[in-house]
Amino acid sequence: MEAAAGGKRAYSIIVPTYNERLNVAIIVYLIFKHLPDVNFEIIIVDDGSPDGTQDIVKQLQQVYGEDRILLRARPRKLGLGTAYLHGLKHASGEFVVIMDADLSHHPKYLPSFIRKQKETGADVVTGTRYVKNGGVHGWNLMRKLTSRGANVLAQTLLQPGASDLTGSFRLYKRDVLEDLISSCVSKGYVFQMEMIVRATRKGYHIEEVPITFVDRVFGISKLGGSEIVEYLKGLVYLLLTT
Amino acid sequence: MSAIWIALLETSTVPQSYTWLLPIYLVVALGCYGLFIVGFGLMFFPTCPQEAILLQQDIVEAKEFLAKKGVDVGS
Repeated sequence: MEAAAGGKRAYSIIVPTYNERLNVAIIVYLIFKHLPDVNFEIIIVDDGSPDGTQDIVKQLQQVYGEDRILLRARPRKLGLGTAYLHGLKHASGEFVVIMDADLSHHPKYLPSFIRKQKETGADVVTGTRYVKNGGVHGWNLMRKLTSRGANVLAQTLLQPGASDLTGSFRLYKRDVLEDLISSCVSKGYVFQMEMIVRATRKGYHIEEVPITFVDRVFGISKLGGSEIVEYLKGLVYLLLTT
Repeated sequence: MSAIWIALLETSTVPQSYTWLLPIYLVVALGCYGLFIVGFGLMFFPTCPQEAILLQQDIVEAKEFLAKKGVDVGS
Protein backbone atom coordinates (compact mmCIF):
# COMPACT_ATOMS: atom_id res chain seq x y z
CA MET A 1 0.00 0.00 0.00
CA GLU A 2 1.30 3.46 -0.85
CA ALA A 3 1.29 4.60 2.73
CA ALA A 4 3.80 7.36 2.13
CA ALA A 5 1.77 8.99 -0.62
CA GLY A 6 -1.64 9.00 1.02
CA GLY A 7 -0.78 9.08 4.66
CA LYS A 8 -3.34 8.32 7.30
CA ARG A 9 -6.93 8.79 6.32
CA ALA A 10 -9.81 9.91 8.46
CA TYR A 11 -12.33 7.63 6.75
CA SER A 12 -12.00 4.36 4.88
CA ILE A 13 -15.03 3.35 2.86
CA ILE A 14 -15.15 -0.37 2.17
CA VAL A 15 -17.30 -1.43 -0.77
CA PRO A 16 -17.48 -5.15 -1.53
CA THR A 17 -18.32 -5.82 -5.17
CA TYR A 18 -19.27 -8.70 -7.40
CA ASN A 19 -20.31 -7.98 -10.99
CA GLU A 20 -21.00 -4.32 -10.39
CA ARG A 21 -19.23 -2.74 -13.34
CA LEU A 22 -21.76 0.03 -13.78
CA ASN A 23 -22.70 0.57 -10.14
CA VAL A 24 -19.12 0.84 -8.95
CA ALA A 25 -18.42 3.77 -11.28
CA ILE A 26 -21.56 5.60 -10.23
CA ILE A 27 -21.02 5.03 -6.56
CA VAL A 28 -17.44 6.30 -6.71
CA TYR A 29 -18.62 9.43 -8.51
CA LEU A 30 -21.32 10.02 -5.90
CA ILE A 31 -18.99 9.48 -2.96
CA PHE A 32 -16.57 12.06 -4.28
CA LYS A 33 -19.46 14.40 -5.02
CA HIS A 34 -20.88 14.26 -1.50
CA LEU A 35 -17.63 14.30 0.49
CA PRO A 36 -15.79 17.22 -1.10
CA ASP A 37 -13.62 18.24 1.85
CA VAL A 38 -13.22 14.96 3.62
CA ASN A 39 -10.01 12.98 3.91
CA PHE A 40 -11.20 9.57 2.79
CA GLU A 41 -10.22 6.55 0.75
CA ILE A 42 -12.44 4.01 -0.98
CA ILE A 43 -11.44 0.37 -0.71
CA ILE A 44 -13.05 -1.83 -3.32
CA VAL A 45 -12.99 -5.50 -2.45
CA ASP A 46 -13.89 -7.31 -5.62
CA ASP A 47 -14.37 -11.05 -5.59
CA GLY A 48 -13.04 -11.83 -9.04
CA SER A 49 -15.98 -10.40 -10.99
CA PRO A 50 -16.16 -11.86 -14.48
CA ASP A 51 -17.89 -8.75 -15.88
CA GLY A 52 -14.83 -6.54 -15.79
CA THR A 53 -15.60 -4.63 -12.60
CA GLN A 54 -11.91 -4.44 -11.77
CA ASP A 55 -11.10 -2.83 -15.16
CA ILE A 56 -13.63 -0.13 -14.38
CA VAL A 57 -12.04 0.42 -10.99
CA LYS A 58 -8.67 0.88 -12.65
CA GLN A 59 -10.18 3.49 -14.98
CA LEU A 60 -11.66 5.25 -11.96
CA GLN A 61 -8.25 5.25 -10.34
CA GLN A 62 -6.95 7.19 -13.35
CA VAL A 63 -9.62 9.81 -12.77
CA TYR A 64 -9.53 10.11 -8.99
CA GLY A 65 -6.12 8.87 -8.00
CA GLU A 66 -4.75 5.53 -6.90
CA ASP A 67 -4.31 6.84 -3.39
CA ARG A 68 -8.03 7.61 -3.07
CA ILE A 69 -9.34 4.40 -4.62
CA LEU A 70 -7.73 1.18 -3.51
CA LEU A 71 -8.52 -1.99 -5.38
CA ARG A 72 -8.00 -4.99 -3.15
CA ALA A 73 -9.35 -7.91 -5.13
CA ARG A 74 -9.84 -11.53 -4.19
CA PRO A 75 -9.84 -14.55 -6.49
CA ARG A 76 -13.50 -15.55 -6.14
CA LYS A 77 -16.66 -15.08 -4.09
CA LEU A 78 -15.56 -15.51 -0.50
CA GLY A 79 -18.37 -13.91 1.44
CA LEU A 80 -19.22 -10.53 2.90
CA GLY A 81 -17.69 -10.84 6.37
CA THR A 82 -14.30 -11.80 5.04
CA ALA A 83 -14.60 -9.04 2.43
CA TYR A 84 -14.85 -6.50 5.24
CA LEU A 85 -11.91 -8.09 7.01
CA HIS A 86 -9.87 -8.01 3.83
CA GLY A 87 -10.75 -4.35 3.27
CA LEU A 88 -9.94 -3.56 6.89
CA LYS A 89 -6.41 -4.92 6.51
CA HIS A 90 -5.74 -2.26 3.90
CA ALA A 91 -7.64 0.56 5.56
CA SER A 92 -5.73 3.43 7.09
CA GLY A 93 -8.78 5.35 8.25
CA GLU A 94 -9.61 6.10 11.85
CA PHE A 95 -13.22 5.35 10.90
CA VAL A 96 -14.52 2.71 8.55
CA VAL A 97 -17.73 2.94 6.53
CA ILE A 98 -19.25 -0.15 5.03
CA MET A 99 -21.82 0.13 2.29
CA ASP A 100 -23.32 -1.82 -0.60
CA ALA A 101 -22.20 -1.23 -4.14
CA ASP A 102 -25.60 -1.48 -5.77
CA LEU A 103 -26.72 2.13 -5.13
CA SER A 104 -29.31 1.08 -2.57
CA HIS A 105 -27.04 2.90 -0.11
CA HIS A 106 -26.76 6.44 -1.39
CA PRO A 107 -23.49 8.25 -0.67
CA LYS A 108 -25.42 11.45 0.01
CA TYR A 109 -26.01 10.14 3.53
CA LEU A 110 -22.30 9.86 4.28
CA PRO A 111 -22.09 13.43 5.64
CA SER A 112 -24.91 12.68 8.08
CA PHE A 113 -23.10 9.57 9.35
CA ILE A 114 -19.95 11.61 9.86
CA ARG A 115 -21.80 14.46 11.51
CA LYS A 116 -23.66 12.13 13.86
CA GLN A 117 -20.45 10.47 14.94
CA LYS A 118 -18.77 13.80 15.57
CA GLU A 119 -21.71 15.12 17.56
CA THR A 120 -22.14 12.08 19.77
CA GLY A 121 -18.74 10.41 19.78
CA ALA A 122 -20.51 7.17 18.93
CA ASP A 123 -18.63 3.93 18.34
CA VAL A 124 -21.09 2.80 15.68
CA VAL A 125 -23.45 4.82 13.51
CA THR A 126 -25.94 2.69 11.66
CA GLY A 127 -28.35 3.70 8.94
CA THR A 128 -31.98 2.87 9.55
CA ARG A 129 -34.68 2.59 6.93
CA TYR A 130 -37.50 2.22 9.40
CA VAL A 131 -37.83 5.72 10.79
CA LYS A 132 -39.76 8.72 9.59
CA ASN A 133 -37.08 10.35 7.45
CA GLY A 134 -35.89 7.03 6.18
CA GLY A 135 -37.71 4.64 3.95
CA VAL A 136 -37.53 2.16 1.15
CA HIS A 137 -38.61 2.10 -2.46
CA GLY A 138 -39.08 -0.74 -4.85
CA TRP A 139 -40.16 -3.30 -2.28
CA ASN A 140 -43.31 -5.25 -2.95
CA LEU A 141 -45.71 -6.15 -0.16
CA MET A 142 -44.12 -9.55 0.41
CA ARG A 143 -40.70 -8.08 0.93
CA LYS A 144 -42.03 -5.41 3.27
CA LEU A 145 -43.87 -8.06 5.20
CA THR A 146 -40.84 -10.28 5.66
CA SER A 147 -38.72 -7.29 6.56
CA ARG A 148 -41.19 -5.96 9.10
CA GLY A 149 -41.88 -9.43 10.50
CA ALA A 150 -38.20 -10.20 10.79
CA ASN A 151 -37.55 -6.91 12.50
CA VAL A 152 -40.35 -7.27 15.06
CA LEU A 153 -39.22 -10.79 15.86
CA ALA A 154 -35.63 -9.71 16.28
CA GLN A 155 -36.54 -6.67 18.38
CA THR A 156 -38.63 -8.76 20.74
CA LEU A 157 -36.17 -11.59 21.14
CA LEU A 158 -32.89 -9.74 21.09
CA GLN A 159 -33.36 -6.19 22.40
CA PRO A 160 -30.69 -5.19 19.94
CA GLY A 161 -30.34 -1.45 20.48
CA ALA A 162 -31.00 -0.48 16.87
CA SER A 163 -34.17 -0.18 14.83
CA ASP A 164 -32.76 -1.58 11.58
CA LEU A 165 -30.88 -4.77 12.27
CA THR A 166 -30.16 -6.14 8.85
CA GLY A 167 -29.00 -2.89 7.34
CA SER A 168 -25.42 -2.79 6.17
CA PHE A 169 -24.85 0.93 5.72
CA ARG A 170 -22.75 1.71 8.78
CA LEU A 171 -19.86 3.72 10.12
CA TYR A 172 -17.62 2.15 12.73
CA LYS A 173 -14.64 3.30 14.71
CA ARG A 174 -11.86 1.23 13.29
CA ASP A 175 -10.92 -0.73 16.40
CA VAL A 176 -14.59 -1.32 17.18
CA LEU A 177 -15.08 -2.88 13.76
CA GLU A 178 -12.04 -5.08 14.23
CA ASP A 179 -13.28 -6.19 17.62
CA LEU A 180 -16.80 -6.94 16.36
CA ILE A 181 -15.78 -8.80 13.22
CA SER A 182 -13.48 -11.05 15.16
CA SER A 183 -16.30 -11.99 17.53
CA CYS A 184 -18.94 -12.64 14.87
CA VAL A 185 -19.29 -15.98 13.17
CA SER A 186 -22.46 -15.73 11.08
CA LYS A 187 -22.84 -15.13 7.40
CA GLY A 188 -25.00 -12.89 5.24
CA TYR A 189 -27.90 -11.03 6.83
CA VAL A 190 -27.34 -12.64 10.18
CA PHE A 191 -23.80 -11.31 10.17
CA GLN A 192 -25.10 -7.73 10.07
CA MET A 193 -27.50 -8.51 12.88
CA GLU A 194 -24.83 -10.19 14.94
CA MET A 195 -22.57 -7.16 14.59
CA ILE A 196 -25.15 -4.81 16.05
CA VAL A 197 -26.31 -7.16 18.77
CA ARG A 198 -22.74 -7.85 19.90
CA ALA A 199 -22.01 -4.13 19.79
CA THR A 200 -24.92 -3.50 22.14
CA ARG A 201 -23.94 -6.35 24.45
CA LYS A 202 -20.37 -5.07 24.65
CA GLY A 203 -21.66 -1.68 25.64
CA TYR A 204 -20.58 0.23 22.56
CA HIS A 205 -22.29 3.55 21.91
CA ILE A 206 -24.59 3.13 18.92
CA GLU A 207 -26.36 5.93 17.09
CA GLU A 208 -28.71 5.84 14.12
CA VAL A 209 -29.30 8.08 11.13
CA PRO A 210 -32.26 7.80 8.76
CA ILE A 211 -31.42 6.54 5.30
CA THR A 212 -33.50 5.83 2.25
CA PHE A 213 -33.06 2.59 0.46
CA VAL A 214 -33.95 2.33 -3.22
CA ASP A 215 -33.91 -1.26 -4.34
CA ARG A 216 -31.14 -2.00 -6.78
CA VAL A 217 -31.51 -0.57 -10.25
CA PHE A 218 -28.79 -2.42 -12.17
CA GLY A 219 -27.51 -5.91 -11.88
CA ILE A 220 -28.65 -9.01 -10.08
CA SER A 221 -29.39 -9.16 -6.40
CA LYS A 222 -27.55 -11.77 -4.38
CA LEU A 223 -30.53 -12.28 -2.07
CA GLY A 224 -32.13 -15.73 -2.26
CA GLY A 225 -35.05 -17.60 -0.71
CA SER A 226 -32.94 -19.70 1.60
CA GLU A 227 -31.99 -16.48 3.37
CA ILE A 228 -35.21 -16.67 5.38
CA VAL A 229 -34.27 -20.04 6.83
CA GLU A 230 -30.78 -18.81 7.52
CA TYR A 231 -32.24 -15.74 9.19
CA LEU A 232 -34.38 -17.77 11.54
CA LYS A 233 -31.50 -20.06 12.40
CA GLY A 234 -29.35 -17.01 13.02
CA LEU A 235 -31.96 -15.45 15.26
CA VAL A 236 -32.03 -18.53 17.45
CA TYR A 237 -28.24 -18.64 17.51
CA LEU A 238 -28.07 -15.01 18.60
CA LEU A 239 -30.75 -15.55 21.19
CA LEU A 240 -28.73 -18.33 22.74
CA THR A 241 -25.27 -16.85 22.51
CA THR A 242 -25.61 -13.13 23.18
CA MET B 1 -41.20 -18.02 32.46
CA SER B 2 -41.97 -21.34 34.11
CA ALA B 3 -41.23 -19.84 37.52
CA ILE B 4 -43.89 -17.20 36.92
CA TRP B 5 -46.30 -19.88 35.78
CA ILE B 6 -45.70 -22.05 38.84
CA ALA B 7 -46.13 -19.06 41.14
CA LEU B 8 -49.39 -18.25 39.42
CA LEU B 9 -50.48 -21.86 39.85
CA GLU B 10 -49.84 -21.77 43.56
CA THR B 11 -51.92 -18.68 44.08
CA SER B 12 -54.39 -19.44 41.35
CA THR B 13 -58.08 -19.55 41.89
CA VAL B 14 -58.63 -21.15 38.50
CA PRO B 15 -59.80 -24.78 38.70
CA GLN B 16 -56.94 -27.32 38.52
CA SER B 17 -57.95 -28.86 35.20
CA TYR B 18 -57.72 -25.53 33.38
CA THR B 19 -54.36 -24.31 34.65
CA TRP B 20 -52.40 -25.83 31.80
CA LEU B 21 -54.36 -23.61 29.46
CA LEU B 22 -52.89 -20.43 30.94
CA PRO B 23 -49.54 -20.49 29.16
CA ILE B 24 -51.29 -21.37 25.91
CA TYR B 25 -53.54 -18.35 26.22
CA LEU B 26 -50.46 -16.27 26.95
CA VAL B 27 -48.67 -17.48 23.85
CA VAL B 28 -51.72 -16.90 21.67
CA ALA B 29 -52.15 -13.41 23.11
CA LEU B 30 -48.49 -12.67 22.51
CA GLY B 31 -48.81 -13.97 18.98
CA CYS B 32 -51.78 -11.74 18.26
CA TYR B 33 -49.97 -8.75 19.73
CA GLY B 34 -46.96 -9.52 17.57
CA LEU B 35 -49.10 -9.80 14.44
CA PHE B 36 -50.72 -6.49 15.32
CA ILE B 37 -47.36 -4.81 15.63
CA VAL B 38 -46.22 -6.28 12.32
CA GLY B 39 -49.41 -5.21 10.59
CA PHE B 40 -49.23 -1.76 12.09
CA GLY B 41 -45.64 -1.37 11.00
CA LEU B 42 -46.54 -2.66 7.56
CA MET B 43 -49.22 -0.01 7.15
CA PHE B 44 -46.89 2.77 8.13
CA PHE B 45 -43.79 1.41 6.40
CA PRO B 46 -41.90 4.51 5.37
CA THR B 47 -41.49 4.71 1.61
CA CYS B 48 -39.66 7.15 -0.60
CA PRO B 49 -40.68 7.04 -4.25
CA GLN B 50 -39.12 10.44 -4.84
CA GLU B 51 -35.73 8.95 -3.96
CA ALA B 52 -35.94 6.64 -6.94
CA ILE B 53 -36.35 9.66 -9.22
CA LEU B 54 -33.46 11.46 -7.57
CA LEU B 55 -31.33 8.38 -7.98
CA GLN B 56 -32.07 8.22 -11.70
CA GLN B 57 -30.96 11.85 -11.99
CA ASP B 58 -27.77 11.02 -10.08
CA ILE B 59 -27.07 8.12 -12.40
CA VAL B 60 -27.43 10.30 -15.50
CA GLU B 61 -25.18 12.95 -13.98
CA ALA B 62 -22.59 10.34 -13.01
CA LYS B 63 -22.59 8.74 -16.45
CA GLU B 64 -22.11 12.09 -18.19
CA PHE B 65 -19.19 13.07 -15.99
CA LEU B 66 -17.46 9.72 -16.14
CA ALA B 67 -17.87 9.28 -19.88
CA LYS B 68 -16.13 12.61 -20.38
CA LYS B 69 -13.27 11.37 -18.23
CA GLY B 70 -12.84 8.20 -20.17
CA VAL B 71 -14.51 5.70 -17.88
CA ASP B 72 -16.55 3.05 -19.64
CA VAL B 73 -20.11 3.42 -18.40
CA GLY B 74 -21.86 1.00 -20.68
CA SER B 75 -23.24 -2.15 -19.12
